[in-house]
Amino acid sequence: MSTLNASALREDFPILQQLVHGKPLIYLDSAATSQKPETVIRALDTFYRTTNSNIHRGIYQLAEQATEQYENARKQVQKFIHAKSWREIIWTRNATEALNLVAYSWGRQNVGAGDEIVISLLEHHSNIVPWQLLAREKGATLKHIPADEQGRLDLSNLDALLTDKTKVVAVTMMSNVTGAITPLEPIIARARAVGATVVVDAAQSAPHMPVDVQKLDCDFLAFSGHKMLGPFVGVLYGKRALLEAMPPFLGGGDMIRQVHLQDASWNELPYKFEAGTPAIAEAVGMGAAIDYLNALGMENVRAHEMELTAYALQKLAEVPTLRVLGPTNVAERGGLTAFDLPGIHPHDIAALLDRDAICIRAGHHCAQPLHDYYNLSATARASFYVYNTPEEIDALAASLRKIRALFNP
Amino acid sequence: MDDLYREIILDHYQHPHNHGTLPDADVSYEDSNPLCGDKIRMDMKIENGIVTDVKFSGKGCAISQASASMLTDEIKGKSLDEIRRIDKQAVLDMIGIPLGPTRVKCALLPLKVIKAGAYGIHEVEEEEE
Repeated sequence: MSTLNASALREDFPILQQLVHGKPLIYLDSAATSQKPETVIRALDTFYRTTNSNIHRGIYQLAEQATEQYENARKQVQKFIHAKSWREIIWTRNATEALNLVAYSWGRQNVGAGDEIVISLLEHHSNIVPWQLLAREKGATLKHIPADEQGRLDLSNLDALLTDKTKVVAVTMMSNVTGAITPLEPIIARARAVGATVVVDAAQSAPHMPVDVQKLDCDFLAFSGHKMLGPFVGVLYGKRALLEAMPPFLGGGDMIRQVHLQDASWNELPYKFEAGTPAIAEAVGMGAAIDYLNALGMENVRAHEMELTAYALQKLAEVPTLRVLGPTNVAERGGLTAFDLPGIHPHDIAALLDRDAICIRAGHHCAQPLHDYYNLSATARASFYVYNTPEEIDALAASLRKIRALFNP
Repeated sequence: MDDLYREIILDHYQHPHNHGTLPDADVSYEDSNPLCGDKIRMDMKIENGIVTDVKFSGKGCAISQASASMLTDEIKGKSLDEIRRIDKQAVLDMIGIPLGPTRVKCALLPLKVIKAGAYGIHEVEEEEE
């Protein structure tokens, strides 16, 4: 059925080989964190066994190797998202920290009283709260792009929302709840017209589809390695001119050029934003994850997930009363399905699915405003990746029927 | 999978006891579980240190709703002193199924609300171990 041979790929993922509650593990929570292939696990292992040392100032072979591997991984990230320069790639702890970096460093320098910050109803809390903090501190106004019934952004009022007062537009590239893919072109075009800076949360998109920051022409883009087969590390992309003009985020070692008792000057990019010892092994492991994804081809990853999602939408629709959130057109959505089974709390669904070794997420998925809009306190979410198969979706649907029967005898 | 949810839990979930609100309550208190958004409100009528009536409302999973339903049965007619002695284990024994750390919070939310409402005690024993 598929462009990828997921059944064969599964062999690359040691964690998927185990039994849970005596049943084969069905992992449908990759939107929270993905599983890691053997090559990524081995990259971490090899780093710690052979090159573990601190980077950048070590004058010995190990440290030089560690530095080289760390910086090579950065260049792989640069190519992966088609950035112009490796200096535009900053390693962070996760996508959340990357977004906070922008809100604190760029935001505090560029947003003032009476200015407007525009986010969207679909945002993850990590792309809401940093902007709330900034707005409160500066006396700026926080506005949002609304969504429609299918959980897509409603851009019909975009021209009225983005005005000369708008300093920054921070939007997700793909909702982690509805799966809706944001049409970024019209938003970025409007932002350019009013002189606003564009911040893209690519945590859900970068692992699942090709991303080209130059083609998009966004100013900042954040994502995390652990959602794309890599270790727990994050990335911030920023346009070089913007990053050059920004003050540092965290102060400390490595981000400085000179430090005197009363003042300091900053290191060049990207080190200005990488204070202290970073997650070196994780960055190296991220390089291995990018190798793995490139070998599959991001177009193929996207095609595989569209097939799985189409199948899931069809199978879930066959479960009586179940309602899937998000766009009905698979071309408009990513590889995840959040759903509601009336009368059964998502936590109960998740706990009962676990008995069949099916891992899904239940809750508000760090997107409470969106759940408020849907008038749901929580949803259940199954999310897919390269290693998932149609058979696993069959198992999910069968298990959901059993749960429904248990609650509705 | 049925053994995970005893019949009695599903029964309390689908036909909760003492569900609703008390307009003339002496004590009303509400709290939520930030992890899952479960929300429980307890309204209590207290006369001479005895809970003469109690109703709960809110949204949540089968575990939190069943726990609330069972607890309201349990505390009705009891004195505040007796209610104070209801501990984490008593609630878990009532639920009667093994719960992981996340679901334990669901089970204990109603007790937390009752104790916070009745005495302003904000620490239920859930963080003990």
